[in-house]
Amino acid sequence: MQRKTSKSSSAEVIDWPAAIHSALKSQRVRQVSYVPDAGHKRLIELCHSDRGMIALPLTSEEEGIGLAAGAWLGGERSALLMQSSGVGNCVNALTLASNCGFPLLMLVTMRGETGERNPWQVPMGQATPEALRLAGVHTLRLERAEEASAVANTAAKIAFEEQSAVALLISQQLIGVKSFEEKR
Amino acid sequence: MKALNRREVVASLLERRGALLVVAGLGSAAWDCTAAGDHPLTFPLWGAMGSACMIGLGLALAQPERRVLVVTGDGEMLMGLGSLATIGAQRPRKLAVVVLDNERYGETGMQKTHTGYGTDLAAVASACGFADSRIIRRNTEIAAVRSSIYRGRGPLFFQVKVKPDALPLVLPPRDGAHLKHRFREALLGKGAAAQ
Repeated sequence: MQRKTSKSSSAEVIDWPAAIHSALKSQRVRQVSYVPDAGHKRLIELCHSDRGMIALPLTSEEEGIGLAAGAWLGGERSALLMQSSGVGNCVNALTLASNCGFPLLMLVTMRGETGERNPWQVPMGQATPEALRLAGVHTLRLERAEEASAVANTAAKIAFEEQSAVALLISQQLIGVKSFEEKR
Repeated sequence: MKALNRREVVASLLERRGALLVVAGLGSAAWDCTAAGDHPLTFPLWGAMGSACMIGLGLALAQPERRVLVVTGDGEMLMGLGSLATIGAQRPRKLAVVVLDNERYGETGMQKTHTGYGTDLAAVASACGFADSRIIRRNTEIAAVRSSIYRGRGPLFFQVKVKPDALPLVLPPRDGAHLKHRFREALLGKGAAAQ
């Protein structure tokens, strides 16, 4: 179920990371690995605080593909969170999914799209959908918060019920743009 | 230097293996494990270099009551060095990693690896938080390694210095889907394929 927060002063905002978390729960995902992205901050926190999940940080994104394969061999389901720059790190490891038919669910927050302020993020962001396609990974897009539950559930079903590799690409307009002006 | 024979080391570790789950890194480590006896609960890799330890971690987290052993080579381990930090952060108690270190890329012309230039993988694993991490140079130490793998508190790491021999190829099945299905069926039961 989608929960709502009162983060915005003017209107209620759909808590789309919570909707994705619920989709992962309903699809019995237990091992959630990630290289952090600001756009995944809340989802990572939700997974860490969920006692039915193991949320674990990776040093590089391709580690999560091996982890997901091992999880599946052991009878568990895994999801892998990253930003689009991490897709470039994954290409050879993705042959695990294509050679063995391992299910793989990647949740990818996009950089290099509308509003990007770091030009160095643009090339990999732009190459991300094609790189995934070339590596044999299906892609779905999440553009609007209200679609999060349906799209995340669809992606998880493609991964685990069809036993194939799928990436859910989460629009930069949905996650917001890194400004480089705020102080920590 | 009297380095060890990799086939004998692996045979010693895998004989009477009981419920042990094994992931074999690509190349010679996979041939060594196959030479010790092709087994449905061994998942040998033909590619995805650098992934062996992470597959072992995923398996260990999914099956916390089972012993999991990753057998791989120094080149494969070097490509996935970050996975030692990732394992160190999780500290799975029943996961062990054995690196058969011949200080060479054995499948590509015996070029020297970083361990041949002095990289101490056991020190890296130790610094990453492995419960026990050692370099093994003598046959007399193998019994203790075996005992740790089957009974010790992990995560464990053994960098076993082996001779850079070119040994006969003993190949596991190549079909990745078959390797996956037979592993899951042996571990999880007949209905596992559809799960």
